[in-house]
Amino acid sequence: MSALRQIAFYGKGGIGKSTTSQNTLAALVELDQKIMIVGCDPKADSTRLILNTKLQDTVLHLAADAGSVEDLDLEDVVKIGYKDIKCVEAGGPEPGVGCAGRGVITAINFLEENGAYDDMDYISYDVLGDVVCGGFAMPIRENKAQEIYIVMSGEMMALYAANNIAKGILKYAHSGGVRLGGLICNERKTDKELELSEALAAKLGTKLIHFVPRDNIVQHAELRRQTVIQYDPGSKQAQEYRELARKIHENSGKGVIPTPITMEELEEMLIEFGIMKSEEQQIAELEAKEKAIA
Amino acid sequence: MTPLDNADGPTSGEAMIAEVLAAYPAKAAKRRAKHLTVARTAEGEDAPSCGAKSNVKSIPGVMTIRGCAYAGSKGVVWGPVKDMVHISHGPVGCGHYSWAQRRNYYTGTTGVDRFVTMQITSDFQEKDIVFGGDKKLGILIDEAEGLFPLSKGMTIQSECPIGLIGDDIEAVARKKAEAIGKTIVPVRCEGFRGVSQSLGHHIANDTIRDWVLKDNARTEGATEYDVAVIGDYNIGGDAWASRRLLEEMGLRVVAMWSGDCTLAEIEQAPMSKLNLVHCYRSMNYICRYMEETHGVPWMEFNFFGPTKIAASLREIAARFDESIQQKAEAVIAKYQAAMDAVLAKYKPRLEGKTVMLYVGGLRPRHVIPAYEDLGMDVVGTGYEFGHGDDYKRTGKYVKDGTVIYDDVTGYELDAFIQKMRPDLVGSGIKEKYAVQKMGVPFRQMHSWDYSGPYHGYDGFAVFARDMDMAINSPVWSLMKTPWAEAAAS
Repeated sequence: MSALRQIAFYGKGGIGKSTTSQNTLAALVELDQKIMIVGCDPKADSTRLILNTKLQDTVLHLAADAGSVEDLDLEDVVKIGYKDIKCVEAGGPEPGVGCAGRGVITAINFLEENGAYDDMDYISYDVLGDVVCGGFAMPIRENKAQEIYIVMSGEMMALYAANNIAKGILKYAHSGGVRLGGLICNERKTDKELELSEALAAKLGTKLIHFVPRDNIVQHAELRRQTVIQYDPGSKQAQEYRELARKIHENSGKGVIPTPITMEELEEMLIEFGIMKSEEQQIAELEAKEKAIA
Repeated sequence: MTPLDNADGPTSGEAMIAEVLAAYPAKAAKRRAKHLTVARTAEGEDAPSCGAKSNVKSIPGVMTIRGCAYAGSKGVVWGPVKDMVHISHGPVGCGHYSWAQRRNYYTGTTGVDRFVTMQITSDFQEKDIVFGGDKKLGILIDEAEGLFPLSKGMTIQSECPIGLIGDDIEAVARKKAEAIGKTIVPVRCEGFRGVSQSLGHHIANDTIRDWVLKDNARTEGATEYDVAVIGDYNIGGDAWASRRLLEEMGLRVVAMWSGDCTLAEIEQAPMSKLNLVHCYRSMNYICRYMEETHGVPWMEFNFFGPTKIAASLREIAARFDESIQQKAEAVIAKYQAAMDAVLAKYKPRLEGKTVMLYVGGLRPRHVIPAYEDLGMDVVGTGYEFGHGDDYKRTGKYVKDGTVIYDDVTGYELDAFIQKMRPDLVGSGIKEKYAVQKMGVPFRQMHSWDYSGPYHGYDGFAVFARDMDMAINSPVWSLMKTPWAEAAAS
């Protein structure tokens, strides 16, 4: 058995982290890897496509019912999904109450202390979009995930979020050894998306691991609570995820300490690609418009 | 006058402070220097200035003696209100370690209609942090109501995690107050707020305003002679000793905040014609509110030692008619003989002894005249959590050359005591044994060292006895210094 690899998927909310990670992991299992997914989102939807159902028994809800996490056994929380992928959801409070971040810390500690990671090849953390507090940075901290994969697209806010996550990784890179594994672009069909993604990757000192083209089959599979790998293993899109899985697998130990950029640099990059206009351009256009009216 | 009373000499307070500061790293020394000073009267002034910097964050790494906002609200302002259940909301420790700490005496039957010395807590567990504790708080209130049906209301004293996880304790308070038909006061006194317990006092005052006085203030049945004692927490029976004198001079005490206090007394304080403020620091906020809203003027008074008691009784009486003024004189005359006897007994034993104080609230200044009545000199004093207005008020109380130390660190206080070698130190439990091991007599001046009262004429007799007991205890003559003995032999 090879050494345990811990990876995590981060990215802007709604970017397709859970979909991308589950599809990729379903492909990775074909490479004979023993995988556990740890969902770190109170919504508990990180394992739905693997289990073909939404997991109800989250660590925190079971712990609350039983009294505390000390009253739980691993078997209570670990569910087996597609091709023996193990699935755990941390769970957490409903929006607006309590402290979901503390919940993530509690759940991860519970799994580690109870040997959930023994005999596994891969642990994959799927973390909610906004790293709003220390709890959601848990997989980055304390030597948990070795590589972080940032799911992004060519949209401005996705690029911005990716850069912010890189900042978080940099913060903990020296104390905890976490590295940036690379960017995964989940195509949104924005202008010059591939070029922009590659440019950001270069700025961050990393690489674009894979450009996942947009394909409606992902939707079809998701509606059936399945990954594309399970829904249509022969499809072109399934092949894309296999490709991504292979790249991640071969990327072991190749993570980097990211070099995040400033907001100004990010904007300059967008201007360079013609996505955003510079102030001079904007003024010139306005003047031209006014002239035309006059 | 004081051991260091020579501004230019090598033993001046200024030189001592400089020497003590020299042990710090430059940055810390610079910051701490602003908190340490010597009272000096400037030309043209009639009282020394005590302008120490105050009410700012303590330096990390030093041993500060301060408390937190929860201590200020639960421990000081709300805790003594005797017919309300005070819930320590959060993990168990805060409530447990502050349990019945302040010796706020009260009448009534504990566990039946009085709850001051009981520890009621929501005992937060990890799941309450993760999922929020509002539900648990609601259940706790229902259970407390079932257990203590004679309570007049409840307060929710927030511990740190409540603010961190953003529980909506106000919503719970509103809902449950309606359900059980009693006042429920949510207090956002999370310990991490502010720099000391002082903010907790302010927050607690604001909740008195918003959750009690705003809707439930009562003034019917008021008389011309109504007063309220504000900021006397009845430690060792202090407020009773004060109340007795006010009643003897013909005034009606309609409220005592918050020693031996009921919720009804909080509600009816606005009927008072004059608010008599004992602890200015912890309750000036609500006095200003009552002045603006209910038109109740306020004045500070000092019932420590016969000189100040007589002066305060006269000042209070001057705010009322002649009948009260006459009765005040009669009260002063009545206790004169008893006070003369106390002074005759203890002054010869205490005359010329020096004292260093380090306490909170009003005591760093207010007890000085009581020591002076006994012929003693206060040579150093300071506040744990005072503000600029406290230090301003201190000038009138101290002599030139008194060392002033704000938020003093453990190291600084030790060093000052060693250099000044006073005959008595008055501070708290954390200082007591260290000081006694230095061979210096000590009295706790927060809890009165489990004695009291110290307020009023009754209190002064106890105060004088206690100081004599500490200073003139034969135990000090038994203390030997081995190295001195070795050198002699």
